[in-house]
Amino acid sequence: MDMCKYIAKRLLLAAVTIWAVATITFFLMNMVPGGPFLSEKAISPKAQAALEAKYGLDKPLMEQYRTYIVDALHGDFGDSLKQRGRTVMAIITSKFPVSARIGGLAVLVSLLLGIPLGCVAALNRGKWIDNVVSVFTTCGIAVPSFVICTMLMYFLGVRLKWLPTFGLTNWKNYIMPVISLALYPTSYIMRLMRSSMLDVLGQDYMRTARAKGLAQFMRIFKHALRNAILPVVTYVGPMMAYTLTGSFVVEKIFTIPGLGSEFVGSITNRDYTVIMGTTIFLATLLILMNVLVDIVYKIVDPRIKLK
Amino acid sequence: MESHKKNPLSLQLDLNPDDFLPASEEEKQSLVVMRESVSFWKDGFRRLRKNKVAMVSLAVIIIVMIFSFIVPHFYPYSYATQIKGANNLAPMQYSEAEQEQIANGEKVFPHVLGTDKMGRDYAIRVMMGCRISLSVGLIATVLILLIGSAYGSIAAFCGGWVDLVMMRIVDILYTIPDILLIVLISFAMKDPLEKLAMMPGFGWVDVIGRNMISIFIVFALIYWVGMARMVRSQVLTLKECEYVTAARALGAKSGRIIKKHLLTNCIGTLIVTTTLQIPSSIFTESFLSFLGLGVAVPLPSLGSLASEAMNGFQTYPYLLFIPALLISLIILSFNLFGDGLRDAFDPKLKN
Repeated sequence: MDMCKYIAKRLLLAAVTIWAVATITFFLMNMVPGGPFLSEKAISPKAQAALEAKYGLDKPLMEQYRTYIVDALHGDFGDSLKQRGRTVMAIITSKFPVSARIGGLAVLVSLLLGIPLGCVAALNRGKWIDNVVSVFTTCGIAVPSFVICTMLMYFLGVRLKWLPTFGLTNWKNYIMPVISLALYPTSYIMRLMRSSMLDVLGQDYMRTARAKGLAQFMRIFKHALRNAILPVVTYVGPMMAYTLTGSFVVEKIFTIPGLGSEFVGSITNRDYTVIMGTTIFLATLLILMNVLVDIVYKIVDPRIKLK
Repeated sequence: MESHKKNPLSLQLDLNPDDFLPASEEEKQSLVVMRESVSFWKDGFRRLRKNKVAMVSLAVIIIVMIFSFIVPHFYPYSYATQIKGANNLAPMQYSEAEQEQIANGEKVFPHVLGTDKMGRDYAIRVMMGCRISLSVGLIATVLILLIGSAYGSIAAFCGGWVDLVMMRIVDILYTIPDILLIVLISFAMKDPLEKLAMMPGFGWVDVIGRNMISIFIVFALIYWVGMARMVRSQVLTLKECEYVTAARALGAKSGRIIKKHLLTNCIGTLIVTTTLQIPSSIFTESFLSFLGLGVAVPLPSLGSLASEAMNGFQTYPYLLFIPALLISLIILSFNLFGDGLRDAFDPKLKN
């Protein structure tokens, strides 16, 4: 009961936040000099006026804003200004799955590698495996994604010719993008897991559990892991939202037609409706992930009070 | 006469009149056993000096700084001059004209890292790139620190609905994709900065470069959010301390309490967060340059060098590897040095 009330409250707050994000984006976008049809040099002033009239860009800003919000509430996010004849919805629903597949795999890899290895490192503090994990995490956090992308591409793709460098036809195509996307979160989760595990292992209740003769397996899974995983949960929520929606750099280098490159393209093209639609989509996903994190928190640690 | 022979078992003390004289200053001094008090800074630096990893990273940072800020002044090539006939030279290779000069007995400084496709010496471009990346990292971080700590401490100190509203704003800013804000703000700033550069007394705008200033402002406007959250959480716990109550009872104004007591007490955390913010600013700048939104040509940054090299990296991979490795090295050293600082100045946060 408490939980339902809490979720309802959070969703209401989320709606307000999304509205605020939409409003800020709308006015900021229109405030910036230039417009969607200015970059096409060949266009005549008359044709430009006609185009603007067609998409309602000639009306006063407040009216445009009102129309947009009303339409959006009805689930209509408009047509793309640059890609003639495609709705924003169609663009998002066709591009998001591409990014989400790669992003989802990357999230999976980072969780499956990061959590166990972080735990193992903490349990073997100071031994060689801990040192290996430390070196890996410090390097993984320091390497920008375009560096890892280009290095992978050069060595695995161009030099050794093991993996294809573009396209998405084969499972082999997924390997390099997934590695590049997963490197940073994997390192971060490992580091987080290691430090919070070390913290928990030093707690009094762990000594008590040991003193009462609990097997190591039980101690680690029932007592330590459950408490140590909370910081990881906090990080994974937003990370998932960002990773699923695609990274511009990775998508550009491996020529993947995903949402990340679409979004950056729309910003530089001033495709107003696509910018708005994608921003609202990203914001919604991010907020939902944060709500999800809070719920998972409550399940993992029932002592936490949601307010 | 041995009337005074002492029994070996006697506990009687041998006293003579000298023992009852007042102690001299010197003797008093020698009795002071108290150690010189160790200040917060001294203690921290002592711990830092013992940390080998942090000291090596510091050395790397200093070496990179020397190469990027001092060496270019003595370097015989300039980052913008295109040497005729010296396009795409491999490292240590000379162009034909230069080979002739060498044959004539003239001394020609080698192209240590070769040249790029426009015939510019690559070593000096990489050094300038480091300079740009480092300056963006350092200056943007200072701005972030100023805005973030002011915002965070005010929100936490005022509390109540002020805190609520201020933190809601932070949440909303957090939800808007960074890249959208970066692109829009940098576009929006083009015109005002151009006008500002025209105004008398603002010639320095062009000296630093409009793009550079716009990058500083964009970073400062976007990334203070994390810093503000950090400072707020620190101040929230600190403001419950007794010394704050005491200061207030003595009649100190809010501004003074924030400046003198609250911010000074979270200075350890502030330093650490700032050092860890520098690599992330460098990271973002390289990403922006990669998008083509970074510093204006012909000025290079490590990110723009890497993205330029992307086009021909199958034939000239070293043009890509050098900036890519350097940027990773710089970020790595700042991260490790920041970790060292944290262990030294904020031992509570260790692990």
